[in-house]
Amino acid sequence: MTERTNSKSNYSRRHALRLMAIGGAAGLIAPNLLGKPAFAQNPPASPTGRVVVGFSQEPTVFNPLMPHTECDDAVHFSVFDALVRMDPKGVLQPNLVVEVPSQDNGGISEDGLLWRIRLRDDVRWHDGQPFTAEDVKFTLELITNPKFRAWRTAGHSLVRDIKVVSPTELTWRMEEAFAPYLSFLAETFMVPKHILEKEADPNAAAFNQAPVGTGAFKWAQRIAGDHIELVANTDYAGEGPYLERLVFKYIPDMTVLYTQFKSGDIDLVDQAFITADNYAEASTLPDRVVMLERGASVESIYLNLEKPQFKDPAVRQALYAAIDRKAILEGLYYGVHNPTETFMPQNSYYYNPNLPAQEFNIERARQILDEAGWVPGADGIRVKDGVRLSFANSTTSGNHLREQTQQFLQQTFAEIGVEMTISNLPAAVMWGDFWLKSQFESAISGVTNVIAGDPDVTNRLHTKAIVAKGGKGSNTGQYSNPEVDALLDKGTRTFDREERRAIYLRVQEIVRQDLPFLPLFAYANVFGRKEGLAGFEANSNTRVASWHAAGWHWKD
Amino acid sequence: MRGFLLNRLSQSLILLLIVSVIGFVVLNLLPGGPLAQFGLDPGMTQDDLDRLKEQLGLNRPLWMQYLDWAWRLLQGDWGNSFRDGAPVLSVIGRHVFATLLLMGTSTAIAIAIGTWIGIRGATHRYSLFDHLATVGAMVALSIPTFWFGLVGIYIFSLKLGWVPAGNMYTIGDGSVLNYLHHLILPSLVLSLVHVAIWSRYMRTSTLDAISQDFVKTARAKGLSERRVIMKHVVGNALLPMITLAGVQLPSILTGALVTETVFTWPGMGRLFLDSLGYSDYPVVMGLLMFSAILVILGNLIADIAVAIVDPRIRLG
Repeated sequence: MTERTNSKSNYSRRHALRLMAIGGAAGLIAPNLLGKPAFAQNPPASPTGRVVVGFSQEPTVFNPLMPHTECDDAVHFSVFDALVRMDPKGVLQPNLVVEVPSQDNGGISEDGLLWRIRLRDDVRWHDGQPFTAEDVKFTLELITNPKFRAWRTAGHSLVRDIKVVSPTELTWRMEEAFAPYLSFLAETFMVPKHILEKEADPNAAAFNQAPVGTGAFKWAQRIAGDHIELVANTDYAGEGPYLERLVFKYIPDMTVLYTQFKSGDIDLVDQAFITADNYAEASTLPDRVVMLERGASVESIYLNLEKPQFKDPAVRQALYAAIDRKAILEGLYYGVHNPTETFMPQNSYYYNPNLPAQEFNIERARQILDEAGWVPGADGIRVKDGVRLSFANSTTSGNHLREQTQQFLQQTFAEIGVEMTISNLPAAVMWGDFWLKSQFESAISGVTNVIAGDPDVTNRLHTKAIVAKGGKGSNTGQYSNPEVDALLDKGTRTFDREERRAIYLRVQEIVRQDLPFLPLFAYANVFGRKEGLAGFEANSNTRVASWHAAGWHWKD
Repeated sequence: MRGFLLNRLSQSLILLLIVSVIGFVVLNLLPGGPLAQFGLDPGMTQDDLDRLKEQLGLNRPLWMQYLDWAWRLLQGDWGNSFRDGAPVLSVIGRHVFATLLLMGTSTAIAIAIGTWIGIRGATHRYSLFDHLATVGAMVALSIPTFWFGLVGIYIFSLKLGWVPAGNMYTIGDGSVLNYLHHLILPSLVLSLVHVAIWSRYMRTSTLDAISQDFVKTARAKGLSERRVIMKHVVGNALLPMITLAGVQLPSILTGALVTETVFTWPGMGRLFLDSLGYSDYPVVMGLLMFSAILVILGNLIADIAVAIVDPRIRLG
């Protein structure tokens, strides 16, 4: 395929997307119940107004390449740009690049090893300097600089021979084909070479306290322990910004976070959102929009498959059938979250909606165990080949909802002749070696399985990711299935989206059948914002609500 | 006096050493550590965690980490926060004003009201006022402050709308009036407990003074009751309170842990809780040393003040 036809097809795809976006916007305006004219939705000509976003954790890390948590992402997404950005549908869109590199457009070679990146030529740093390919090279090399305290290095550590071809083009070679890297680049924000190269110690650079990016908002000030203030970057190369000021306010208590949303002190609730118990009340508040947004995290019972109790698939199937998920979801979790059969986020492009649905059926559970030869002993607990069907379940102590879930499970499991004891630990102990090195028998945990919205779950489900067996990763349940391993290996080498989709749909099928863990529900987050805040869009492929503040504006 | 100060100084240094060693050991014994927050981050590999551990120097033996920290401290380097990378002293500096404002106000309120209640309770012992004050103090001391805070926010902010629901000021409005408006509820809530403590001590101390012979003498001389109380009782009753003030002095700068959280107050108490939560060792150690120095100073000032006020006491 030639260059010309590629860019042409790319244009038409973008054109189609744009048409779809217009259709979507019209759809939003049509059911406008307040009767405001459609033009009220239009953003202002110049940035006006201010939005205060509430967080329950304080953003403190402003160098986007250093170790940070969710809340810091909000600052990074607003102040910086990445090469690509993951949209709410889980599709990568150009950010600093002209087009998302793919094998089709020649950005990635057929063997996946050679990458060519073409950049926009109209992007400037907040201090007026032009953004060029040198900055990209500097950023990627800084991440793997052994002196630098970098955040994630997965994928980056495979990059070799970065060559700047022109100010808007660069190439590199990958040590091995690694398709998830494209998604990882969506969370790799570009930092300015001309500022950071002068620093003797990048870990202690002044930049880290007052960042300079290319993003829609510029750094204004930070009042430590209280808030961070950003101002509009009127020279922003992309869409927006429409707000003059953007404030990230730290409110350390979840109850107070909600209270300040109620009182109107904050305009939008970001991480860790409105608590489920306040959802019903929040929905009734005047002038507020409260939405349930699907998250990426899945709550499951993890079974340590190396324990003799869990080696028999019949046990896992019986336990799964003995879980009254509806009662747990509605009785304990305020009906906020969603049932799921898979580890894949429900908003992912790679989510498999066609898996068999779990059914709560005590009779069936008993039958499965009977057929598999698990016979009740004198104490009513089933036994087979000298193995008693009894195990401990652990989670963070003090997490009341999980503790209630455990007690509930304990009762239904007892009805099928299974003994579950509860042995909870403080968070720091629970999620340390006890979890990572598979020292638990069974555990309840909420886990985000995918990284940066990419469907690759090698880290969670591949045999080589079992730390207890000398591997590297977080396969703490010690799941091992050669077919899944092969599919996962293939998935990391496959760049075509549809081919990848087929692979991960199949992985989900096998995992649903094997039941290495028993899914309880997929987390939903309770988002809340003032009714007048327009242009807001949730994106469960990112970790924050404030992933695209550039598009926000106040209605007239 | 010089001997007293030298003696105190050497005692203080030993105390600081002990506090720092215990603090360092306990902090490091706590499970988790600064990298635990990344344990559930799917993108962080074990290699990443090991690398960061080494880069932060956390893979060294504990005694080596302690000596390194202590040696730097002696040279005036308090280290840098693991979270935002800023020097510890500047981190403390950014939070100290908020705490000083809140705790200073609430302590001033507490001393004024507490002293008055204490004196009146003692001079009108077993009166209705005394009973009410006693019961009130018990209630204030038994119920956690954060509960008062939440109830206060519910009634006065959400229901009545008189005061803001937390925060030190409205973002974008830095006027003195705005600060005062935000200060009312948290400082009153915090002063509740201090009024209770202060009034109980003051009552006991006043009763003690009233029963002294010199008061009987003053009364025998025919002085009015008011004059007896104001001139002979209160002055003597306040003496032990200087020591109490010395003990309370550090809290003016170290802050209130939970109340600052409830009222979204960006002070030292919250900084301590947050730093502990993130296992930000340099900041936690810095705050620990900062408080220890303040406690030592507070007691020292109280001792000197008592010696100055009370001619019977000589320092040596």
